[in-house]
Amino acid sequence: MFTWANFFSQVFNGLALGALLALISSGLTIIYGTLGVLNLAHGAMFMMGGYAGYVVFDATGSFILAVAAGALFLLVVGVLLERIVIRHFYHRPHEDQLLVTFGISIVMVEAVRLIFSSLSKNVPAPPLLSGITSLGITFYPTYRIAVVGIVAVALLVLYFVLYRTKLGMIVRAGIEDSEMVDSLGIDVHRVFMVVFGIGAMAAGFAGIVNAPIVSLTPDVGEAILVQTFVVVVIGGVGSFPGAVLGGLIAGEIISITSMIDPAYAYIMLFAAMTLVLVLRPYGLLGVRGRE
Amino acid sequence: MPPRRYLAELLTALGLLIAPFVLPYLGFAPNTVNRILVWGLFGIGFDLLFGYTGLLSFGQAAFYGTGGMVAAWLLTRADFPSVWLALVIGMVAAAAVGWLVGLIALRRTGIYFAMITVAIGEVFYFVEFNPLADWTGGENGLPGVPTPSLHLGFTTIHFTTGWALYPFLAACYFIGIVIALRIVHSPVGAVLSAIRDNPLRAAAVGHDIHSYKLTAFVVAAAYAGLAGGLLGVLQAFMPPEAFIFDTSGQLVMQTAIGGPGTLFGPLLGAAVWLSLQDFLQAALDLGAAWKLVLGVVFVLLVCFLRHGLVGGLIDLYRLVSRRSTAEAEAPEEATPIHAAVASMPARRREGDLTAGTVLEAKGLTKRYGGLVANGDIDFTVKVGELRGIIGPNGAGKSTFFKMLTCEVPPSAGTIVFEGQDITGKGVTEVCQLGLTKSYQVNQLFTRLTVRQNLTIAALADLRGRFRLLDLFRSLEKIPGLQDRVQHTLGLVGLTARADVAVSALAYGEKRRLEIGLALATSPSLLLLDEPLAGMSPRERVETVQLLKSIARGRTMIVIDHDMDSLFELVEWITVLQEGKVLAEGTPDQIKTDPAVREAYLGGVHA
Repeated sequence: MFTWANFFSQVFNGLALGALLALISSGLTIIYGTLGVLNLAHGAMFMMGGYAGYVVFDATGSFILAVAAGALFLLVVGVLLERIVIRHFYHRPHEDQLLVTFGISIVMVEAVRLIFSSLSKNVPAPPLLSGITSLGITFYPTYRIAVVGIVAVALLVLYFVLYRTKLGMIVRAGIEDSEMVDSLGIDVHRVFMVVFGIGAMAAGFAGIVNAPIVSLTPDVGEAILVQTFVVVVIGGVGSFPGAVLGGLIAGEIISITSMIDPAYAYIMLFAAMTLVLVLRPYGLLGVRGRE
Repeated sequence: MPPRRYLAELLTALGLLIAPFVLPYLGFAPNTVNRILVWGLFGIGFDLLFGYTGLLSFGQAAFYGTGGMVAAWLLTRADFPSVWLALVIGMVAAAAVGWLVGLIALRRTGIYFAMITVAIGEVFYFVEFNPLADWTGGENGLPGVPTPSLHLGFTTIHFTTGWALYPFLAACYFIGIVIALRIVHSPVGAVLSAIRDNPLRAAAVGHDIHSYKLTAFVVAAAYAGLAGGLLGVLQAFMPPEAFIFDTSGQLVMQTAIGGPGTLFGPLLGAAVWLSLQDFLQAALDLGAAWKLVLGVVFVLLVCFLRHGLVGGLIDLYRLVSRRSTAEAEAPEEATPIHAAVASMPARRREGDLTAGTVLEAKGLTKRYGGLVANGDIDFTVKVGELRGIIGPNGAGKSTFFKMLTCEVPPSAGTIVFEGQDITGKGVTEVCQLGLTKSYQVNQLFTRLTVRQNLTIAALADLRGRFRLLDLFRSLEKIPGLQDRVQHTLGLVGLTARADVAVSALAYGEKRRLEIGLALATSPSLLLLDEPLAGMSPRERVETVQLLKSIARGRTMIVIDHDMDSLFELVEWITVLQEGKVLAEGTPDQIKTDPAVREAYLGGVHA
């Protein structure tokens, strides 16, 4: 049964999902763009952000502290991972980078499963943001509206860091040509570490923000990772605006298709990706040769 | 080396025959051995795709599931009478699906390819689970898959479960490995490894790499489809889990553990994986933590053992037998270049072109944004000519060459080669027409030997841009190939180094091989982009002699910065400056041309 109210709330669902996908994909895409490493553990990082937040929420009961914990924990994990493992893979083939990050993702998922079991965990939305809000035509869960706002702020912060700071300028230059940046006397490897940390933090932040919407399981990152890939392929690898645009498109496709038949959500998403690959092989906002 | 020809096949057969008598004593349950065989067969196809062609797919579960579901559906729902035929149909269906998916996924390479295959794999999982649930049984899968039997007239052998099923699976694996070995040793296999090592050069010597990649993708899908069908037979049940991402992931990990690019690596990897799983779960009572342990083992392995277990064993073997190879690899101080070798004839064209024009470029222009790299160049080369191009750095020489070989499309202008307009064609097509170049920076197939490098280039000319009919044919049986390779080896003075890996060559030798790659395609017009770059003075003298011998009966254009060598070598010189033709003439005319002097010495600007 099609109703405008239903359609409207699905569009809003799409916006919330799209914003989250945009944030996660931005993390993935700036890591890839700068370091040249496709991080297959990105979905697992998203999942770990949720669990880190869950632990802190369980202990303190504060949602804000939980969000901070999810983000900061993943920043630390990202930096450590880059120092210990990833940096040894910059000069190895792409295939090895994929293999090692894939292995890391399995270690992360299975470690979480061992500690927290496969049973789902819940982090409730903070009291201030729980309940429903009237949007005129329909009622809508307040927290989902808040998610759009929270993620929009996070994306703006990321935008500010990337486009308005010296670090951001170095990162964007690194995406274009990291060897050149290195020869200009900038310690590219320190920048790499920071970028990997920020990318991981974006995933972790999204993970805990998403936790009140979907209950946490160790496998929650896998589906997100696949959707993130589609977003990046649609938007164009290494492009921050592309990740945002791709995220919103993917979120709407999933939500609106789900309204008609959830079974076809992935098929439509995939069809959109195929269409982009045929018409614009380098993604909507991608640059030729950046792969 | 005929005695060793079927060694791998023989050893495989022997191993498969004695396995049921040995493995039980090592604690292997028959069901585990059967599962290892199915994963091993699945992995052969994946190894052809990943280990040999360099395409890392994370979506193989799609084809595994498709083949399995088609076979299982035929046997359980459609009352199909023959298990054998159902398996074959499942395999063909998986291959067909692989072809369609390959058309999309292979539009991109590298990490894009990996991401697309992940996404495609997930789509198959969802399609199987929901829209096609009536056919596939949804989350229940398809139970009741029968096992095959063999009617021999006087008796019937039933392959049921455990060791009774083993001979059937072992036979399937054996056939799979025999076919894969033939593919690897065929011309197609040679091209696949060329694509893995250097796709750019593989295309530039005239191979249609997209079609070859698609071939590898379809072959891998066919193997996956057959393995999927066997999974249903093995379990008497086709599980929907065959489609999940973990299946693809496990295949990738098993192959990486065993050693990619070895064909047998996946089998070894599966043996390690499944026996460790049994061991950790049962003996150590780790429960679900087994996967964590295997994950850690896998990460360590990728970090420290780069070519998997088989690769590690090979490295160990080389380490032990280093003394014998050290002799063979002793660097030769001076590899004599046989300038006297009869020059290899350039390919003969239809009609008499001896007096005509080989190449004519008109108004050739290349703009990069506002920068004009080449502006309005007119350029003509006659048959048999040996032309030199000089110009200061940034004069647009390399851009000019790239346009002539169709690596980059011109912004304006036309290029006519042997009477045919080649403007806008691809580099592969142009090479097939007989125009190719050697690169300024070496573009070799670095993991292969000198002979294999030249073989790949020669194959492009002898077989055309794409050919599948000799997929199972030995390289040795390609008419004219050995002669062509041997001749080219002699021409570039690398006969004594033929079986040395490219990575072990000295720089000067690599430069000569670079020229050899272009030569082996038997071009009627050969472009050489700075063939002398980075060479020692003695190497330069030798290489000039080499180029002179090559030039007999061939049309060549040479770019170089070494004026003295170039003046000695060529008959006619074109000088480029700031993307335009500054002067043309004989070496003597150019030497004294005031405009050229000014361009090089700076003239009034100095």
